[in-house]
Order: sequence, then structure tokens, then C-alpha cells
Amino acid sequence: MSFGLPPVFAYALRRLLQAVPVIILIMVATFLLLKLAPGDTVDALVGDMGGADAAYIARMRAEYGLDQPVWVQLWRYMAKLATFDLGWSFVYEQPVSVVLMDRLGTTLMLMAASLSLAFTLGIALGAIAARKAYSLTDNLISTLGLVFYATPSFFLSLLFIYLFSVKLGWLPVGGIKTIAGFYTGWDHVVDVALHLIMPTAALSLIYLSFYMRLMRATVLEVADLDFVRTARAKGAGEFRLMIHHIMRNALLPVITLLGLQFSTVLGGSVVVETIFTLPGLGQLASQSVVQRDMNTLMGIIFLCSIIVVVVNFLTDVLYARLDSRIELA
Amino acid sequence: MTETTPVLQISGLKIALPKGSDRPYALEGLDLEINPGEIVCLVGESGSGKSLSAGAIMRLLPEPHVHVAEGSIKFRGEEIVAKSETEMRQIRGRDIAMIFQEPMTALNPQKTVGWQLDEVLRLHTKMSRKERRARAIEMLERVHLPDPPSAYNAYPHQISGGQRQRVMIAMALSLSPKLIIADEPTTALDVTTQLQILKLIRELQEQEGAGVLFITHDFGVVAEIADKVAVLRKGILVEQGPASEVLNNPQHAYTRALIGAVPALTPPPLKVPSTAPVVLKGTGLKKTFAARGGMLSGKRKAVTAVKDLTFELRQGETLGVVGESGSGKTTVSRIVTRLLECDAGKVEMDGKDLLALSPREMREMRKHIQMVFQDPMASLNPRKRVVDLIAQGPIVHGADPAKARADARRLLELVELSPASASRFPHEFSGGQRQRIGIARALALEPKVIVADEPVSALDVSVQAQVLKLLADLRDRLNLSLLFVTHDLRVAAQLCDRIIVMQKGEIVESGPTAEVFANPQHAYTQKLLSSIPGRDWTPPVIRTDAA
Repeated sequence: MSFGLPPVFAYALRRLLQAVPVIILIMVATFLLLKLAPGDTVDALVGDMGGADAAYIARMRAEYGLDQPVWVQLWRYMAKLATFDLGWSFVYEQPVSVVLMDRLGTTLMLMAASLSLAFTLGIALGAIAARKAYSLTDNLISTLGLVFYATPSFFLSLLFIYLFSVKLGWLPVGGIKTIAGFYTGWDHVVDVALHLIMPTAALSLIYLSFYMRLMRATVLEVADLDFVRTARAKGAGEFRLMIHHIMRNALLPVITLLGLQFSTVLGGSVVVETIFTLPGLGQLASQSVVQRDMNTLMGIIFLCSIIVVVVNFLTDVLYARLDSRIELA
Repeated sequence: MTETTPVLQISGLKIALPKGSDRPYALEGLDLEINPGEIVCLVGESGSGKSLSAGAIMRLLPEPHVHVAEGSIKFRGEEIVAKSETEMRQIRGRDIAMIFQEPMTALNPQKTVGWQLDEVLRLHTKMSRKERRARAIEMLERVHLPDPPSAYNAYPHQISGGQRQRVMIAMALSLSPKLIIADEPTTALDVTTQLQILKLIRELQEQEGAGVLFITHDFGVVAEIADKVAVLRKGILVEQGPASEVLNNPQHAYTRALIGAVPALTPPPLKVPSTAPVVLKGTGLKKTFAARGGMLSGKRKAVTAVKDLTFELRQGETLGVVGESGSGKTTVSRIVTRLLECDAGKVEMDGKDLLALSPREMREMRKHIQMVFQDPMASLNPRKRVVDLIAQGPIVHGADPAKARADARRLLELVELSPASASRFPHEFSGGQRQRIGIARALALEPKVIVADEPVSALDVSVQAQVLKLLADLRDRLNLSLLFVTHDLRVAAQLCDRIIVMQKGEIVESGPTAEVFANPQHAYTQKLLSSIPGRDWTPPVIRTDAA
């Protein structure tokens, strides 16, 4: 089924086709689960208005199609979704797609920053710990990793805010930019970066400890393999051994983990964005739950499913590029 | 420096092991000398300290746990023990090169063959990129790799085991080292490949005039390649001398025992064709392995492991299945025991087709056909006591547990283990003892047929001889029929009444072992037989009781 395409494209196409049923299943399950929860958009809207009479509520329900049986509603939603129409958000008075796009950038920025920090620092510390296994350095790094691992991100977030914003006043408490700062150009970049430091740190430390632990273990394992001995017998120095022979092989499982964890980082961003009032998808998700803004919530889930599918695909391609033994087929 | 300066001079070398090891020193007082152009074989069984002596010469011991405690290692007159790590790094790969046992794991899987050859040149020379590439390709040519430029760009997994070992040799020789240390370089290879590699090492070593320290456990290989032999036993040098002397007139009791244990290449005398009833009969067996990967990963070429195989095993007979890796011999053993479902054909036992039985009926039949596996450690559950391991089969088949355990103790005696060992765990035994337990386990169900898949290839030669003797003995006493899968023609000659020679899933020749050995008909059989290391050397008949 290659259609004469280059292997990577044929592979991508196949993965895409595989993803379609998965996403449909996710959407149907989420829809039904949300319907199981008590209350709907109309309840939330009426609650905001301070109450309304029964006839008005019934008319609103009929207008939004909420009086129909669940199966009909599901069918209507899925039919629209097939044309990538995510519907209307009654809370934001905008199409859901517009609401999502507004928020996507912030979340992607937070995730990219957190994951790259966690990954680079994690593998570096892991490699160092492994090379100095059972020494003081190793114990120090490993203990630190354990502490990061055991500290929930919401606690870290509050700790950071207390320390760096309240006590020291170095960093802004929340938000993505200074309100009424009207920075432009480079100043804007710096402003956003300052706002992202604490959320990024809070979100990344726990993942950093994952990568570190795994990297330490795989480096120790690879360092004992025969080809490392061969390289040593060729007269290679320790640094060369580490870079070309050990790390190159030890990175593979860590990359797998990176791909797998992307979705959990997405989940973790809900907490961190809420605490730091970052206008991202995570914060939007938690607000939509409270406001029973079902269309927005479904939209977020749809978008996240697609992101996860794409990232997993990219991880596999990257893995195949890095591991000569794997061919995309 | 004159030509007569030895390349390597080891005197009184002592290597200390960490506290709590089975002995304080891995090596106690090794003396060894290698002259230019000389191949010295260091022979010993597992645990004799032969690989650690190579580590000491390269200064690659896992220090500080294992370290040189005493003695001197002189490389071309210079003391190695006193050199700094920087000096050693220059010597490694340039003046002393190593060839390792397992060519798959000894090459970095993520780098191309060319990159790895290039690395040696980059580390030790000032050649330009172009010169290095030319040199690497020239080396690949010298080790007779087909199509060197494409091998240069290949990853290790894309070439065969023998070719990988050629790459290792090319890498080791690319800077014309004065000393080559080869640590079991052919042990993981098929017999025909082994011979080619041994010839190659000889050929290149003669061209370069290098000294070679060749570490092996196989006296066949020693007979093939050695100028001088040194025999190690538990870290102590027991005998040393010219190859012909040591091989044909060993002095020390241990050497005599070792050589006495090498199976001679003389098959058992031709028996009258057996008229005993056929106990196991395979007809038209066929197995194709679909390529891995599901419907979404595209099609790959399927591999035919066995095509149209037919054989007969009579009561009390041993049928050997010999062949090289990939010949399908292990697949045969798995099909007849139905550990692997086969595509077509019949395996008949007592008039029943085993392959057509329902799972329940098959479970019932299993007690008649039992297996002994290659790796005695991996095939015994480490968390069970020996008595339970042996009694498990009978208990599953409905025997009274108390009686089954009592029988298990008797079986231990039968395989020459102390009944007192019944309550111990597998890890408390040596490799040979574990294989005896494996045999006892197979016997517990009183099977008619035992299928043994390479049962002695993981064992040292002296242990191997004992296990083979035990198997032959049990076969005769219990009137067992053996289907014996092996790659080792010496072992086949020792034990099998008839053999089947397999190549690429097909039988190329079959017949009484003595006939096939004396007068092989098929070209492949001839090639196999002429590749047996040390085929021209007949181990001297040694009265082991004198030892």
C-alpha cells in the first residue's frame, strides 16, 4: 500500500489512517461521558443569568438541540466534526475553533519549553550520574531526582510563586505577558519569557527526573556492552566513548519515553496553567468543565488527540532515523 | 631491537579477584612468550582466567575490583604495567589489537562498518578523510569481503556473522599491529565460516609477521592454528609447549583429560540396520515463517525454515540432525514436539498424528516425547527446587506428588547426581550438573523419545564428554530413542547411529553416521566435514584412569 510514495510518506499515510478510528473512538467516548455528568450548557447559562422560567429554559434547550435524545445529539456532533466544524462556544460567543487557536500557542510554547528543558537537562544529568555511578555526585543527582519526582507540580508552582514572586519579587506571578505593558519586538519576547520561567520549571522538573533516571540506567547498561569494550581496545578515550558509542545507543529508550509522555505533559499543563493563569488550552479546559461549555471541551479533546497522534508519529520517525536497525515499513 | 625480541613476554603474572570470589587470584603466575610471526594458543575451560589475561595485556581489566597484583607484561621489551593511561591509549588499536568473540555485539549497532574502521585510523593517524576511506576499503578487500564499498556503508546488522568477524579483523589489522589478541574469535561462528576465518587470520598474520595470542577452549581449533600451546586451569599454567607436542603427547594430567574428552571423529561402528519398531515418523514436514510485522507494516519476504522433511526414528536409536545455523534443524525439533505449529506434514507416534491432535490430547501425548534444551540455566525455573522441577511433569500428568518426588530422587541418582541435592536450587549447580537435571526432568515422564536440541554446546569439553556418555548410557539402559540436534560434527560422530544433514531447510544427505562420515555424497556434507577444525588431528587415545 505504498502508492509509489517515498517510504516516510507512505508510512505517514498509513499512520494517519490508523489514527482516524482511534480519534473517533475518543470523541464518542468523551461525548457520552460528558452527557453522563449532570448539568448542561443551558444550566450554566441560566445559573449565570440568576435564573429563568421553565418555558424559557425549554425553548433554549430546543434551540440548541439539547432536547433531542443523546444518540441524535452524538450523530449531529460527529457529522459536523467530520467537516472539522467544532461548533459554537456559547460561553465565549465565538466559534470553538477560534477560541482554541487563541489558546494553542501558549500551551505549545509551555510544553516545548518544559519538554526540551526536561530532556536536555535530564539526559545530561543522567549521563553524568552514570559515569560517576555510586559516587557522591551520583548520589547527589539521584537524590535530587527523587525529590523532583516526589514533588507535585502544583506544590512546586505555589512554592515558586511564594519564593520568586512574593518574597524576592524577581518574576511575575502569572499571566503570559504584563497587562497594559504594551511591549513590542524584543521587549515582548523577554516579557513572555519571564512569564514562562516558573510554569516551565514547575512542569518540567518531574519529567526531568524521569529522563534522568532512565538515562542513568541505560548508560550504565550500554557502558557494559561488548562494542564499548571494542572501542576501548581501539584506543578511544573516555569522552569519545561516551559521545559516540554510549550516548548514541543509550538515547533510544529515552526518546521513546519522550514520545509517550507528551500526552501526560499536556495533562500536567492543565494544573500549571490554572495556577499561573496562563491563557492556554489547559486553563481553557478547566474553565469549560466548570461552565459546561461542552463544545469547547470536546474541541480541546479533539485537538489534543490530534497533537498526540502527530507527536507519536514524529517520535517514531525520529526513532527510525536514530536507530539504524529500524526501518519504517 | 632485533627480530628475536619477543613481542610479548609475560612473567609471573598474578591477577587478583575481588574479595568473596571463589578464589583469590584469577591468574597465578602466568609465564608466556610470543615471538613475531608466532601463534600462541591459550587454552582453558570457562573460568580458567584466559580472557582476563587478555584484559591485563590491554590494561582493560575492570579495575580496581580485578587488577594485576604481581608480575610483569613486557610488550616489545617495554613494561606495560608501568605505562600511563595516555600511553596505553596510543598502544591500543595501533600496536596491540583485539578480535572479540561475538561479532554482533562487538560492533556498535548504530554506526556503519566504515565509520568504525575509520575510527581506528582517525584515532591513531593523521591521514586525511579520503586516505582513511581508501585505507578502510583496502582493508575490507584484504579480508575478502564481497563488494567492499557497499560493506563500508553497511550497518553491522546488514551483514552476516562471518562478515562481521571479517570486519573485526580488518579493524584490528588496519594499522599493522605487532600483537593481535584474538579472544575466541570463531566460537560463535558456523563450522565452515570458522575455517575461513581461521585461514584468514593465519594468512594475514603471515603477511604482517605479527604475534598472535589466540584464546580458545576448542582443541580442534588449536590443532588448526597453533604454533605453541599454553594450557590454563583455574588460573594456573599447567602445561606449555609446541603445538604438536602438547596435542599428541600431553604431559600434565589435566591436559590429558581435556584432550581425552575431545570427541574423536570416528563414528560408532556400523550397526546391523535396526529392525526395531519405528517410534517417531515425520512425513512431508513444512514450515514457513511469515515475515514479522502486521498488516500495516507492509510485506516482507517469508523464510522457509523447513521444506518437505521426512524421517524415521526407531526404538533405541539415535538420529542426529546436523547443519549450520539457519539450516532449520532447531525448527525440526520444535515441530516434532509441537512447540511450533507446522504448515504441512505429519508426525506419527504410535500410529497417531501428533500434529492433528487437539490440545488436550497433545498434553496427554507429551509424556511420551520430552525435550532437553541447549541452555541448562535458562531452561530451569530458578525459583524451584530441583526435586520439584523434576517431579512437576509427573504431577501434572496425575502422579501422586509424594511418589513423584521419591521418583525424582531416584532419577537424580540415575543422572549421577547426589539425591541430597534434591532440595537445592538450579543456580547452586554447575553447567554440566544443570544439564543433568534437565535430562532427569525429561526422563521423569518415562518418555519413548527424547528430543535434545544442542544439549552439550554450552558446556566445557570435559563436561560435554560426561554428559554425552550419560546420554548414551541412558539410551542403552532405558531403550530410549533420541532425536539429537547439533551443529557439532564431532559430537554427532560420538553419539548418533544415523544422521540427517540439513541445509537451508532441506535434507541434503542422510544415512548411517559411519557411512556418511567415511563417504559423504553431497557437496555440502563434504564441505562440512572438511571444515571441522583439526580434522587431520586424531586426539591420542589416552587412558584417563592414568590421570
